[in-house]
Amino acid sequence: MASLTASRVLQPIGTSGKLFAFFLDVCRQLFRRPFQLREFIQQAWFIASVTIVPTALVAIPFGAVIALQVGGLIKQFGAQSFTGSASVLAVVQQAAPIGTALLIAGAGGSAIAADLGARKIREELDAMMVLGIDPIQRLVVPRVLACMLIAVFLNGMVSVVGVAGGYVFNVGLQGGTPGAYIASFTALAQLPDLWVGMLKALIFGLLAAIVASYMGMNAGGGPKGVGDAVNQSVVITFVLLFIVNFVVSAIYLQIVPPKTG
Amino acid sequence: MGVEIDIRNLTKSFGNQLIWGDVTLTVPAGEICVMLGPSGTGKSVLLKTIIGLLKPDRGEVVIEGVDIASCPERELYEIRKLFGVLFQDGAMFGSMNLYDNIAFPLREHTKKSESEIREIVMEKLDLTGLLGTEDKLPGEISGGMRKRAGLARALVLDPEIVLFDEPDSGLDPVRTSFLNQLIVDLNAQIDATFLIVTHDINTARTVPDNIGLLYHKHLAMFGPREMLLSSEEPVVRQFLNAQVVGPIGMSEEKDADELEAEKDMELPPLPPIPLQLEPSNGQPRRSQREPGAWCEENGVTPPPGSFEENMTMTTGS
Repeated sequence: MASLTASRVLQPIGTSGKLFAFFLDVCRQLFRRPFQLREFIQQAWFIASVTIVPTALVAIPFGAVIALQVGGLIKQFGAQSFTGSASVLAVVQQAAPIGTALLIAGAGGSAIAADLGARKIREELDAMMVLGIDPIQRLVVPRVLACMLIAVFLNGMVSVVGVAGGYVFNVGLQGGTPGAYIASFTALAQLPDLWVGMLKALIFGLLAAIVASYMGMNAGGGPKGVGDAVNQSVVITFVLLFIVNFVVSAIYLQIVPPKTG
Repeated sequence: MGVEIDIRNLTKSFGNQLIWGDVTLTVPAGEICVMLGPSGTGKSVLLKTIIGLLKPDRGEVVIEGVDIASCPERELYEIRKLFGVLFQDGAMFGSMNLYDNIAFPLREHTKKSESEIREIVMEKLDLTGLLGTEDKLPGEISGGMRKRAGLARALVLDPEIVLFDEPDSGLDPVRTSFLNQLIVDLNAQIDATFLIVTHDINTARTVPDNIGLLYHKHLAMFGPREMLLSSEEPVVRQFLNAQVVGPIGMSEEKDADELEAEKDMELPPLPPIPLQLEPSNGQPRRSQREPGAWCEENGVTPPPGSFEENMTMTTGS
């Protein structure tokens, strides 16, 4: 009984260890030739197709909420000329990578976990290994790279759509001046903000794909196992992404001093 | 020419549950072996351990001097090219049609041109009776066809060892007979080592050169077909003749009371040993032995009526 409790308590540690080992395996297979270009393009196309529309739909209200919130606050300070800058800062540095992460994990990651999980329970992965092909090199590496690429692109899209949404709401609803909104872009925001946003998206894409692939490849126990794997992969990815976002943001703010207008 | 599989002291457990322990056997090169066992005795686990998909707790599986259980991954992928494996449900790749599925190993591992690949794939499709279905997706065909397609894919790389995981499960008796004939013909043709995991008695009695029986977490017996088919050993006798009387119960082994109650029951006589299936072209296989040869060598009298043409195939009763 004591050992049962101990093993249950220690189980998450074992799982994170295995997840990390899986990550190292993927890194090693990354450099194995031949690179699966076809699979990579197919997956990139697939992930893009399931994420672009929802991402855009999420980005507009995201930008709008920030514009309304910050706009209202900033008005009280009498610093309306900084609305554009605050909006850019919030969207590019935080909202874009987080929005991307949610959709990459929710739409892309769940699709990857379901796909690999179904292959696992149908013994397709076993068959592949027996045919002398490593499923990590053949299936996981292209998915991870595709997820990272699409995450960076989506990040760019959320940034543009979010800032544009903020513009529409600020100018249209709050009576902000178009010139002030655009002119203040660079007042608080700086180029490294863009870099860190893209870096975050890259890391989120990597994590989402790794977790989803790991969960899918370790699905067991029939169709229910696949469902569980998808569910767990989305939950774990979300938690992981928010933690990583916090850590990266904290480090970034230490390294790069905020620009003072 | 076929490759020998040397299994020594193999032990496997999941958690605290022992699956089987100290399994030692040699699957002779170029022969057909059947591994039998009641449901849930880890026959498929044994198969997966032999191809290195599962790691045993102890013991070795030696193929061409390489121990599958402990060799590095890279070597494992190399040695697996010797294998052709037919999985229970065929394990076809759902996203590819049958043609691409069967061509897949050739495209991955050989530098053959598309026309050469086409020739090989068509030959294997013909062999398994699937010509005309090459454009279908695995989801669109019946289970029996998927199984045959899995066999076609297992054969494209001209394997030295072919493993079958329950080739007869879910097939009707006629298709099972065809598949058994196909297995025997294939063995005659390519001389590979065949290992079949099944619990179909008819297959076990007529197809193989050697039979093994997994029971109660160990290998109860492994040897030439005539040795097992004429064996008086209770477990072997009960299983190979599909009888109720014997040490195997419904859930696991029987308990002492049940065995006590059966003690005085008369065991039905051993049914005659059937003739082995012969290749359809009439040419004997390399590893085939004369009917009754083993019994003669070892001074065993086969049950009356053995090795007669046109004998009934019914078992038990």
